[in-house]
Amino acid sequence: MKHFLAALALCAAPAFADSPCCATGDLGLVVERASGSVLLVDRSDHAALARIEGLGDLSHASLTYSPDERFAFVFGRDGGLTKVDLLDRAIVARTIQAGNSIGGAISDDGKLVAVSNYKPGGVKVFDTETLALVADIPAEGKTIGLADLPGRRFIWAVWDNGHAYLGDFSGEGPVITDLGHVGANPFDAVVTDDAHTYLIGLFGEKGVTAIDLWEENPKPVRFLKDYGKKEEDMPVYKMPHLQGWAFTGGQFVLPAVGQHELLWVDRETLQEKGRTAMHGQPVFIIAQPASPYVWVNFATPSNGVVQIVDSRTHEVVRTLEPGKAVLHMEFAPRGAEVWVSVRDDNKVIVYDTRSFEKKGEIEAQAPSGIFFTARAHQPGL
Amino acid sequence: MMSTLAALVAAPAMAEIPAPRATELEHMVIQDCGSCHGLTRKGGLGSPLTPAALSHAEPEGLALIILDGVPETAMPPWRPLLTEEEALWIADYLLKVDP
Repeated sequence: MKHFLAALALCAAPAFADSPCCATGDLGLVVERASGSVLLVDRSDHAALARIEGLGDLSHASLTYSPDERFAFVFGRDGGLTKVDLLDRAIVARTIQAGNSIGGAISDDGKLVAVSNYKPGGVKVFDTETLALVADIPAEGKTIGLADLPGRRFIWAVWDNGHAYLGDFSGEGPVITDLGHVGANPFDAVVTDDAHTYLIGLFGEKGVTAIDLWEENPKPVRFLKDYGKKEEDMPVYKMPHLQGWAFTGGQFVLPAVGQHELLWVDRETLQEKGRTAMHGQPVFIIAQPASPYVWVNFATPSNGVVQIVDSRTHEVVRTLEPGKAVLHMEFAPRGAEVWVSVRDDNKVIVYDTRSFEKKGEIEAQAPSGIFFTARAHQPGL
Repeated sequence: MMSTLAALVAAPAMAEIPAPRATELEHMVIQDCGSCHGLTRKGGLGSPLTPAALSHAEPEGLALIILDGVPETAMPPWRPLLTEEEALWIADYLLKVDP
């Protein structure tokens, strides 16, 4: 018996030694945009664990996670696609897949990662294991708003020709469907949390476009066609971002482009339900999980402020001043805390969402996007 | 490093921009212009702004684009935030300093 146990121990030991030491559910990455690095953070400890370098130009960088929350796929501005191992804290694969890219998405089964490219315009799809090219879908311009849909599908739109496309990668070869003209210069788009609606923001004309993805033959429907037409537009010093666009209390909350306002729209009827005057041009509008509140940050020169709005009353309930150049906000999955990146102060501030007290502060180099691994399980992220 | 670069550019051509403001302008070019044109100015939603990409441009023309924007595109007018001298300083910076 002793011998048997010893033998078992011998067998078992190497296997355990190879196993990673830590779980990843509490981890996240903060993009350090100017230094081409990402900071590995621990959400519960409010701590930076490691800096991973060598990711290229990370202005406007975003990332998505593998289903096991071990790997991040980082989409850099310079066309770089980088696979980062959160446990080994290292880059495991990297490819420069285009001259200029803007974001990406992972398929629902975690097998494919798609990148949205500006130059040359189009979508490239890669194997998540090896980053080998699986499909190359050219476009007549810059692709924006790339998101995953159930069943190994992706959806995107093209800034230059104003069309949206659905790509089905579940079969032998990709099947691409043109969903029609959605409007002039779509600047970003997002899939609702239930994968029911693809919402497309327009820069070239007033209005927003919705596509019902549960329809047999999805078609673009315009709404909010006249918002802000009476007022003179103000300059837009930073394009609003729609990933994280808030869906709350039966409403969509949208950034008015060229107006310092939030637009509240009934989710069912697509009719406007109200507006909220804001501190500046809204950039991110993100719903605080398990609450009626949305948090909003702003374009330069008004980007030192974060405002919190109640979706029931459409009123600003709190204005915070985290510091110079607030670029992004990421909530703990259950909403108790929010992490706010303050680029020009080189730090990330953690707030308690009930008391608005500072719970922590983490040094980071010109931080922008914050991404917790819980995103691995959310459609559209 | 940033302030050194700013000082180098500011000193010969645009002496009327005080050094602290020049440092702010350089930061603005890298971070805020970089949002659309890339931190390395190789382009994005906006066109490339490297000295090579701008080799045929005049500083005065670039300054006007910065101040008044380009209609029907995402390039906004920066006149509310910049003086004419500051726009010219940025134009000069774009033409002379490699990212």
